[in-house]
Amino acid sequence: MSWFSKFLSSSIGQKVIMSLTGIFLMLFLIVHLLGNLQLLKDDGGEAFNTYAFFMTHNPLIKTISYSLYAFILWHAIQGIRLWQANKAARGNVRYAVAHTRPNERNARNMAWFGIIIFIFLILHLWQFWLQMKMGVLPPVEVEAYDHPVQNLYLPVAAAFQNLGYVIFYVVCMVVVGLHLWHGFWSSFQTLGINHPRYTPLIKGIGVVYAVAVPLGFAIIPVWMYLMG
Amino acid sequence: MKLNLKIWRQGGKYKGEFVTYPNLDVNPDMSFLEMLDVLNEQLVSQREEPVAFEHDCREGICGTCSLVIDGQAHGPMKGTTTCQVHMRHYHEGETIVIEPFRAQSFPVIKDLVVDRSAFDRIIQSGGYVSVNTGQAQDANSIPIEKEQASKSFDAAACIGCGACVAACPNSSAMLFTSAKVSHLALLPQGHVERQKRVLAMVAQMDKEGFGKCSNVTACEAECPKEISVENIARMNREYLGAVFVSDKKMG
Repeated sequence: MSWFSKFLSSSIGQKVIMSLTGIFLMLFLIVHLLGNLQLLKDDGGEAFNTYAFFMTHNPLIKTISYSLYAFILWHAIQGIRLWQANKAARGNVRYAVAHTRPNERNARNMAWFGIIIFIFLILHLWQFWLQMKMGVLPPVEVEAYDHPVQNLYLPVAAAFQNLGYVIFYVVCMVVVGLHLWHGFWSSFQTLGINHPRYTPLIKGIGVVYAVAVPLGFAIIPVWMYLMG
Repeated sequence: MKLNLKIWRQGGKYKGEFVTYPNLDVNPDMSFLEMLDVLNEQLVSQREEPVAFEHDCREGICGTCSLVIDGQAHGPMKGTTTCQVHMRHYHEGETIVIEPFRAQSFPVIKDLVVDRSAFDRIIQSGGYVSVNTGQAQDANSIPIEKEQASKSFDAAACIGCGACVAACPNSSAMLFTSAKVSHLALLPQGHVERQKRVLAMVAQMDKEGFGKCSNVTACEAECPKEISVENIARMNREYLGAVFVSDKKMG
């Protein structure tokens, strides 16, 4: 084995993969949220459709989005592998009395949160992303371009009129928040970034991030449902 | 006071099961291990097999005693080994569940005794400094800053009991290994070999089949010496440095 594959298969290497892919996904979430916030503009989807066209046609962003798909899969597969390895390391006999401190709950359930998020993601991609990719959405004129673009606003607005889907979406965002609550701090700790001077700051930003980003995503369907 | 004990028995006639010992007469001044001594004396007088458990110094400094008491390694007291837990913390009629440390890399030998030799092999792989033998040099010939020495000592306080592995839902040995890596890397004597050391110790830790740290921090909470997870971050830094910056061979 080369030194690099030895590193990637070591326990620390496997955690570093989780950390770096996780940090990439956290940066992506901010960009995604900024785009989604265009939905709150009361312009019949003009800003959102312009944004959606830009994101799917800019060569640099297209390249980054292919890495994004790869990193999502890498994060998920590596996570499942770690989960299995860690269960095997624990052995078949469990403790008769389980003792979990409240601050450990999110960390202990990362894999479950991850699985729920992955299921949400598949549904999410199938519902919006795939339709955009297949080009089956009706065209609409926007001011920013001299040609019509796909109207992604239509399926989004339709989905957010379904109360069941809105509830499902909000619940999934809560799970994303719990995953991030542990994941943010944890990804820095894994990289060895732990220091009395800035660890409190990292933890603080992590909590703000874990609350604000999922909340931002969750507000949109609730708002659009209420505004009908 | 009377207490009920529910103890994991394994080996001999027991195939790995809980056995309840009701109404044990316990003096509140006893230590936890003294209570087990009393139980064993009763069992011997009844011609029963005594409960096997490990102990040595009974002063909280050797790391020999183990036990998971009501779901917590070394019992409910913070920063305390099992031998330093006293029965005055329990109430009349309480049932205490006593289990061995559970991890694939810590197989149960008998009852509450587990094989922790995996830790010895991690130490053998790199938990040492190489020095020429000869006359001991003057104690102050290598100046060490007080804060640095204290930090190293905080890590060196690890007694290698294995509570971190027992507490971790992943049975990860990273708190132990990182304490040893930190303790030596922070001192000039250990600084020289630090890259070689961290590569070898992490490789051995992985070979022993311990799980991978997911920063749950249960280890820090249950460690009888309150070793900080800061050491795990330091070990990760040391490891990344050794892999990407040094020319040392990967283990």
